[in-house]
Amino acid sequence: MSAVNRRDFLKVTAAVGGGLLVTINLAACRDRGAAGGAKAADPSVFVRINPDNTIVVTIPKSEMGQGVRTSLAMLVAEELDADWNQVRAELAYYDPKFGDMGTGGSSSVRQNWMPLRTAGATLRAMLVATAAREWGVDPAECTTDNSFVHHAKGDRKLHYGGLAAKAASQPIPAGVKLKAKSEWKLMGKDRIGIDVGPITHGTAQYGLDVKVPGMLYASIERTLVFGGTVTSFDKAAALAVPGVKDVVEIKGVGIGVTVHPGVAVVATNTWAAMQGRKALTIQWDAGPHAAESSESYLATMRAAVEKKGDETVNTKGDPDGVLAKSAKVISGVFETPFLSHATMEPMNCTASFKDGQVELWSPTQYPDMATAEVAKALGLKPEKVRVNLTMMGGGFGRRINPDFSVEAALVSKAIGQPVKVVWTREDDLRHDFYRPCSVHRIDASLGADGMPEAWRHRVSTPSIDVSYQEKPPEGGWGPNETDGSANMSYRIPNRSCEYTLQASGVPRGWWRAVSTTHGMFAVESMIDDLAAAAGKDPVEYRLAMIDGVWWKQPPDFPEYPFRADRLKGVLQLAADKAGWGKPLPKGHAMGISCGYDHLSYAAEVFEVSVVNDRLRIHRVVVAADAGPVVNPNGARAMLEGGIIMGLSAALKERVTIKGGGVAQKNFDSYSLLRINAAPVVIESHFVETDTAPTGFGEPAVPPVAAGLANAIFRATGKRLRTLPLDIKLA
Amino acid sequence: MKLLVNGTAHEIDAPADMPLLWAIRDLVGLTGTKFGCGISMCGACTVHLDGAPVRSCSLPVSVAQGKSITTIEGLANGGVDHAVQQAWQQLNVPQCGYCQAGQLMSAAALLAKHPHPTDADIDTAMAGNLCRCGTYVRIRQAVKLAAEMVAGGAK
Repeated sequence: MSAVNRRDFLKVTAAVGGGLLVTINLAACRDRGAAGGAKAADPSVFVRINPDNTIVVTIPKSEMGQGVRTSLAMLVAEELDADWNQVRAELAYYDPKFGDMGTGGSSSVRQNWMPLRTAGATLRAMLVATAAREWGVDPAECTTDNSFVHHAKGDRKLHYGGLAAKAASQPIPAGVKLKAKSEWKLMGKDRIGIDVGPITHGTAQYGLDVKVPGMLYASIERTLVFGGTVTSFDKAAALAVPGVKDVVEIKGVGIGVTVHPGVAVVATNTWAAMQGRKALTIQWDAGPHAAESSESYLATMRAAVEKKGDETVNTKGDPDGVLAKSAKVISGVFETPFLSHATMEPMNCTASFKDGQVELWSPTQYPDMATAEVAKALGLKPEKVRVNLTMMGGGFGRRINPDFSVEAALVSKAIGQPVKVVWTREDDLRHDFYRPCSVHRIDASLGADGMPEAWRHRVSTPSIDVSYQEKPPEGGWGPNETDGSANMSYRIPNRSCEYTLQASGVPRGWWRAVSTTHGMFAVESMIDDLAAAAGKDPVEYRLAMIDGVWWKQPPDFPEYPFRADRLKGVLQLAADKAGWGKPLPKGHAMGISCGYDHLSYAAEVFEVSVVNDRLRIHRVVVAADAGPVVNPNGARAMLEGGIIMGLSAALKERVTIKGGGVAQKNFDSYSLLRINAAPVVIESHFVETDTAPTGFGEPAVPPVAAGLANAIFRATGKRLRTLPLDIKLA
Repeated sequence: MKLLVNGTAHEIDAPADMPLLWAIRDLVGLTGTKFGCGISMCGACTVHLDGAPVRSCSLPVSVAQGKSITTIEGLANGGVDHAVQQAWQQLNVPQCGYCQAGQLMSAAALLAKHPHPTDADIDTAMAGNLCRCGTYVRIRQAVKLAAEMVAGGAK
């Protein structure tokens, strides 16, 4: 990893009211920011040391439960040798000149690993220099701990808060040394989330809790058929509802944003807005997608995987030729539905448009995208848009989209007042950006040794990218949709992956771990079938085929190449910790799966029993490798959460399209996993490969469905290839 | 209309059919109680009505009139956190935290009725509270820890 030029990215100034303020230019020093040629930007991270010794870190990422406010603050605090109890995290706002502030792709720790630690170390050196000068001693004689500079020889110490103002005038040192992992005091040890206090007291402020002076509340009736438009509407009855102030039409915003056409009812409180909305009469034009359904998509996708795909994502050797000559071809067709993110906090946004400027309080993962699209939709320059981040009740990729921010800005502009647009659960579920449905067909043949000789994987989906861009990315629609499929990690001499795009009017988006959630289900189920056909142990079978890179790695992350030893490492550890191969209680069986997602590695073992056709999940063991672990407690939470979300998708969730819209309405028809179906135990283990860290947010999700299906196969002999799995829960 | 929330009387102007949730959030101004589904399927809006857990998203405000309403903001007793709050903090249960007010209110009500809940008791009492982040395993542990704390003298 390239060294950060400290002089360019750090600025230290005296803070108003005493103390010291460090500003860090992240865009100038992030690994990808620098590589991507991001122009030198203004500072987007602030570290403030106050005279009262509190240290405030403004977090340049969105918190949606992944613990980023804790882990990023830890990066600063560790190198600063700060008293963790005095460290506070502050929400950021976005300004276009700050550069990339988006949160997604399990990237927050990876992107901030160097800059935030360097900031902490630099600041620490300046505090030491200041104390040494006060004492008239060599800085090398000074040590730091818990927000104090110590001089052991002189038996004296000074608190950071008292030093801060003077430290601000120190020259910024270059070339500060970062701690080795063995020197960590804060990192690598369990930390409780920095927001757990406010959350358990009900004082944490989410987007839905925002209140600004003069604010009204809006509820919007949007077209239930994707692509539909408003023909006409009657607002009289809505306006007659007590508390309703205004009714305005919202014109749609197209591809890349997807604000659905609709009618907004604005009122003095949320309930009045909802009641007014119910009283609306709207005539709709259903648009071009009204005849589409999950069944119609399935029919064409099933047909698509029976023949050569429109795109060949990659090929090695001659899989078609080998399969054509093979005496026995083993085949599997795997099907997965559309999924909704179903964040517990429904979409919402507060916007205040006034005098040609708009301010938003948005629970968004991508304030940069929100800013750009709000500016475009309102015809403003980006500098006339200010997006304040709020806490978020879940994100999982849904809140990358700027639709809810743009929509709120449009309503505020239309009524000329601040407004909070509140989505109902029905709105949220029926106007999501869905994880695409998919059909996979894999044909394989085995060599004399039982190992796969040929593997042909055909995939068809409505691509996510189509919802955001008119033209396919370089290399076609296929590569992004076949992450987890085309780049599966097993050595098979003849293999290929083909892709066929399915047309659909349903908005698609990034759902936690994205395409690997269906690709890995197909691949890891199929590998298990092949192991069974070969009469081999599934762990040994996998280990024997993971030994190199068998696909062309994308050039995006040269610093984080796929490493076979890391995937084998987690596979072996999960198997060992689960007691793979050892005797199990009567009726119990284990299934395993593993994979590479968002630059990290995970393997999972599911111990289940199926009694009277009912499934019980007794125990899940996960091993993951995302490099050094900053906060083990938070990282375990991500693995546990990823497994529960994966189980929810594997057992419960299905969005059905009927008449061009979503058939489900609320949690009564879109079921999520509940506590009574959750595994009794989830055990998390880490392989901490000595490298720059990646992230834990996503990699635990994709192995779940296959691992569970493999366990059910071992318990019952039945291979389930359709999600959600057709099995009842005990 | 008068509402008694966390021991404080609030005079509000609300139609009788407004769900208690929106009265608490928009009119009283306490936003710790969350909106999740509006049809009693997720439990994010759980509050106590005379000590019993109710889904405030589906309860007309008129029904709560004259009763004692406790929200997450009133769960701690005179500055001392309820055992479930302490246990939730100790085990770092929350991820996004949005559902946790409802989880805590359901858990507190469970412990008031069953001081020594079994796994089955916990699953039954908490099955109405969804958590999308997947904190269920920690919730089970935290309810048990809170039960131990109560047995040891905590409130």
